Amino acid sequence: MSSPNSRLPALAALALGLVAAATTLVFFFAPLDADQGLSQKIFYFHVPIALTAYACFGWGAWKALVHLWKREPAADLESYVAIHQGVIFGALTLLTGSIWARASWGVWWTWSSNQLVLFLVLFLFYCAYFMLRFSVDAGPQRANFSAVYALFGVALIPVSFLAIRLASDFIHPTVFTSAGPQMSGKMFFTFCVCLAAMLSLAATLSAVELSGKRLDVRLRELREALA
Amino acid sequence: MSSGEKYVAAAYLVVFVGVLAYVLIIATKLARLEREVGELAELAKQKAESRG
Repeated sequence: MSSPNSRLPALAALALGLVAAATTLVFFFAPLDADQGLSQKIFYFHVPIALTAYACFGWGAWKALVHLWKREPAADLESYVAIHQGVIFGALTLLTGSIWARASWGVWWTWSSNQLVLFLVLFLFYCAYFMLRFSVDAGPQRANFSAVYALFGVALIPVSFLAIRLASDFIHPTVFTSAGPQMSGKMFFTFCVCLAAMLSLAATLSAVELSGKRLDVRLRELREALA
Repeated sequence: MSSGEKYVAAAYLVVFVGVLAYVLIIATKLARLEREVGELAELAKQKAESRG
């Protein structure tokens, strides 16, 4: 069986290939939007990055559940790394969204959009995860507190995702409705490649960070053994 | 450059700079781990010499 580290170069190569393909498709394949023009191209990275942030938070919550349920020692670290990635992708979502808002609506931010405010709440909730985690000494108690917090946060994901559909919010566009994606086939194909690119990029960055964290733990054990 | 082009360039730049900053942080961490491995190897060598 191959170790996670032996799969890392293949994962990184996949992420690189998909990001290159996604960028090419966005600028040379996807047609210009009739309504928004060129600024709509931000959608192809902004939405996949937001969905990747949701996926990271969801994965972090799943690993937190595994930690609480099966007491797997690696699950706590995996949950932490997934949430860390989620916060990075969440910050990128807010930044790219803010630029898109300025281009489309003329403002960097609006408090009247439920989608935006709920995503900010979700982002700040997970930022506070790190404050909780590092305020407790390393050990089982810290792992348990972090896992419970991560599980609470996952409840905000469907609320944030469905906010625009549940509330009468007409500022933030709704592209994916019950009738399917509201875009052409070429646009949807480009979007799917961009989503795959962002998910593979997040998986690669997670694997690299996790590998570093595991190495750090082993080095600490080795230092203690040699002392 | 039109304003639309500027905003698109800014959005994509933010993503790439974000990823590059992350890679830089990981590279710094990797350099620290490499230094620690070196220190531990030296410590293990000293222990082996004092035993032998």
